[in-house]
Amino acid sequence: MEFRHPYLPLTRADEQEMLEAIGLQHIDDLFSNIPHEFRLNRDLDICPPHTEHEVSKRVQELASKNVPMADGRAFIGAGVGIHYIPAVVTSLANRSEFVTAYTSYQPEVSQGMLQTLFEYQSLLAEILAIDVVNSSLYDMATAVGEAARMCARVVRRRSRFLVPGTMNPEHRAVLETYCRPAGMTVEAIEYDRKTGLMSISDLEGRLGEDVAGVYVENPSYLGFIESQVDEISRLAHEAGALLVAGVDILSLGLLRPPGEYGADIVVAEGQGLGSPPSFGGPLLGVFGCRMERRLVYQLPGRLVGMTRTVKEPYERGFVLTLSPREQHIRREKATSNICSNQALSAVTAAIYLSLLGPSGLQTVSEAIAYKSAYAARRLDSLAGVRAPAIGNAIWKEFVVTFTDGITVESVHQGLLERGLHGGKALHEEFPWLGESMLLSVTEVHSKEQIDRMAAAVGEIVGAGGD
Amino acid sequence: MVGHTLDHVRQAKWDEPLIFELHRPGIVGHLFPGAEASIVSEVGPLDSLIPPEMRRSSPPALPEVSEPRIVRHFTRLSQMNFSVTSGTYPLGSCTMKYNPAVDEFCAALPGFAMLHPLQDPATTQGALELMWELEQWLAEITGMDAVTLQPAAGAHGEWTGVMMVRAYHEHVTGESGQRDEILIPDSAHGTNPASAAMAGYKVVVIPSSEEGLVDLDALKSVAGPHTAGLMLTNPNTIGVFEKDIKEVAGVVHDAGGLLYYDGANLNAIMGVVRPGDMGFDLVHINLHKTMSTPHGGGGPGAGPVGVKEGLAEFLPVPRVTRRDDGTFDLDYDHPKSIGKVKSFYGNFGVLVRAYAYIYALGGPGLKRTSELAVLNANYVAHHVSRIPGLSLPFSKDVPRMHECVISASGLKEETGVTAMDIAKRLLDFGVHAPTVYFPLIVDEALMIEPTESETREELDYLIGVLQEISREAHEQPDVVRGAPYYAAIRRLDEYRAAHPKTLTLSWRAYRRQQERAEGQD
Repeated sequence: MEFRHPYLPLTRADEQEMLEAIGLQHIDDLFSNIPHEFRLNRDLDICPPHTEHEVSKRVQELASKNVPMADGRAFIGAGVGIHYIPAVVTSLANRSEFVTAYTSYQPEVSQGMLQTLFEYQSLLAEILAIDVVNSSLYDMATAVGEAARMCARVVRRRSRFLVPGTMNPEHRAVLETYCRPAGMTVEAIEYDRKTGLMSISDLEGRLGEDVAGVYVENPSYLGFIESQVDEISRLAHEAGALLVAGVDILSLGLLRPPGEYGADIVVAEGQGLGSPPSFGGPLLGVFGCRMERRLVYQLPGRLVGMTRTVKEPYERGFVLTLSPREQHIRREKATSNICSNQALSAVTAAIYLSLLGPSGLQTVSEAIAYKSAYAARRLDSLAGVRAPAIGNAIWKEFVVTFTDGITVESVHQGLLERGLHGGKALHEEFPWLGESMLLSVTEVHSKEQIDRMAAAVGEIVGAGGD
Repeated sequence: MVGHTLDHVRQAKWDEPLIFELHRPGIVGHLFPGAEASIVSEVGPLDSLIPPEMRRSSPPALPEVSEPRIVRHFTRLSQMNFSVTSGTYPLGSCTMKYNPAVDEFCAALPGFAMLHPLQDPATTQGALELMWELEQWLAEITGMDAVTLQPAAGAHGEWTGVMMVRAYHEHVTGESGQRDEILIPDSAHGTNPASAAMAGYKVVVIPSSEEGLVDLDALKSVAGPHTAGLMLTNPNTIGVFEKDIKEVAGVVHDAGGLLYYDGANLNAIMGVVRPGDMGFDLVHINLHKTMSTPHGGGGPGAGPVGVKEGLAEFLPVPRVTRRDDGTFDLDYDHPKSIGKVKSFYGNFGVLVRAYAYIYALGGPGLKRTSELAVLNANYVAHHVSRIPGLSLPFSKDVPRMHECVISASGLKEETGVTAMDIAKRLLDFGVHAPTVYFPLIVDEALMIEPTESETREELDYLIGVLQEISREAHEQPDVVRGAPYYAAIRRLDEYRAAHPKTLTLSWRAYRRQQERAEGQD
């Protein structure tokens, strides 16, 4: 029987007429230039065609083999945030005019996307207190990698990049991959094992004429607040290095924005701004810098700028700008190879931040501060449990350490059996922390859920980990 | 808009302010969940939780806008955005095909969307199975042995691939120090040289032959002990199959280099010929092109990379594995891996859509997809190259594959109307512009990729519009040069946008410019 498919709107009669029009007989004639020895000459061994009903059944069957726990049952973060997503965000960001457009190469028919991305850049610029935010990189990990390389382009002939010893190991791994081919080395700065704070003396010892940048996370991967940012910023700048700050956007209703403590480059994970965890992607790499020529012209990624029509009557409009930095113009001399980015995630974030407003940001920031502190206290009150095991002031994430022979694995399994999910185990990344996990508590976790989790941990620990 | 009835198509136009200009103090857009009073009273004041020197002193100047107004704002903006669901989008090299609605439904299933990447693998078996199966399919489609789904985009896949070329020379040939060049044709996508440079390589450009193909003699003259690899797309960017691919592969392999396949043009050859069978060692696939996942106004995409067996040990970690008992897991134990190129496992939501798309079409459907994409491109090339002022440069009598590159240099000479003018005028007829001024080897290039999603009527309409524009260019060139007239806005001043004095990248910067201007008054 003739193969027909709803995605392929050409009939056999069309096909024949079109072939005749171009002077060919058979559709195979179109491929005459492909050497016969390489032709496949068999069917692809994948799957047969399916109806939409069958597609949706198969994919739902796969989805049903998962236990999606990012709804308050899981207390895990470590780079992907579990946050409430207002219905308006999903509904607007799913509009097909946004979803099915390409990059806005024709600005006259793409003002919707361009204005939205300009708003994204602008909303984040306000929160970060920094003037320039690009219209997205892939995720925070690659953003840190791009930041390190940008530092080396801005302050030339420097190849060392200093990072906190407590840095997110996932981000660190990506950073290493980005730095290696550029001949850059990444070095961890020592930290205090009680407070987690960066060792200022170790930083001073490492700073020198070959350091391109210093990275600081705030709040840190392990959840504590790095309170020495002004000192770190001063020292980095005195040594001629740039300061790169990695922040959590939703903490900035409460915490000082990086633009206020001298960050030259800012990176963040923007997934929490309206996008679901989606098994770790798409994420959203937030990337910004101070408005300084030496920085802006080295920025990776696309930028949307405000302009006006060429001719009168002048009307305001938006275009992609400073593109001579980019691969399609500069080729091997581009600031980055990035082309496709995470534009739709940026649209999502713009809608989310519009709903958030200053009071929503404050509400969420504070809710996370209160709830994570509350969860830590509840856990710390249990015998054989310390929380936060590192740091005094925490926000959202914190380290829980189990003593008295209780293993992280037993707590993890015990929580799973009770329909809950604990944090990320830290014994491989930070062995000296012992039996520890990194818990994450956000505005979606109710007091009841936190209490249930703490009670479950209490049961597991009380039973000696069984 | 059926057949040859040419009509101007007016795009929606709203005089929609910036979200900041809709600010009304005291309005709330959404009530976000806060902390329960009992929690607040138990943990005490914020001052005891956050060091005072780290507290933000004043809230950021975010706008306060009501929920209904926000809905209208972004709805109106969306209406000022041309998309595949709006009309023909023949943007060359971007494969703007139809994005099936069911794929969006699949990606949004809570079983996927609400899955945290660090959940215990026992709770993520369906996601891992989907990834594993997709890897098998992509390997079969490209003729490769192993696949990573981690790269977030095509360029990211290219860079991942070139990093593996690097690892190969470090671990296998031991000639990493000496092999510091990547060969790239002058017709290549800009991402190729940029990705090679980001992986630490010097770029050596291979000129195109008179046929628009890789110049074999030129290739032979530069391939040698410094060659780490060659990056090539086949069919190439003028839409022609590199018929000498066997010789090209031979030269590169004999020189000790690897062959990298830029999968941007894979939509031409699915089920017909596979990169792995024509000598390529590595390939990336743009799922947001060939596998129909939407472009999202610029992303997110996904750029999986496939490799031949000998390179599998260098793939990024973690890799998805299937155990003997049929369960799935993530495997980090690959000491020679290039490491991680991105957080977690890739743009998973995009992978779900690609899975659904491939599952819908199956092997026969993918082959038919390529056949029709090629037929459509040739039909357009045939008719458009006969329009006065337009021509089809290079390899005239050879079929195009999924796209064709038309030169408007004749029209420019005759009338002064440029490829950019044609692009802008197309917008007035409800058709998106082709890619313009690329590839660089064609003057006044219009790179047209209709894809298999267009009906015969829509192709005829596109051809008809280009005929009309040519007629206009000869009779009233100023009409074409002034286009567009029916888009949401007239031509924009890109020079002004980029000029240091007028460069405005955020509302914050704009406000400060305004303040300065007022101060000077």
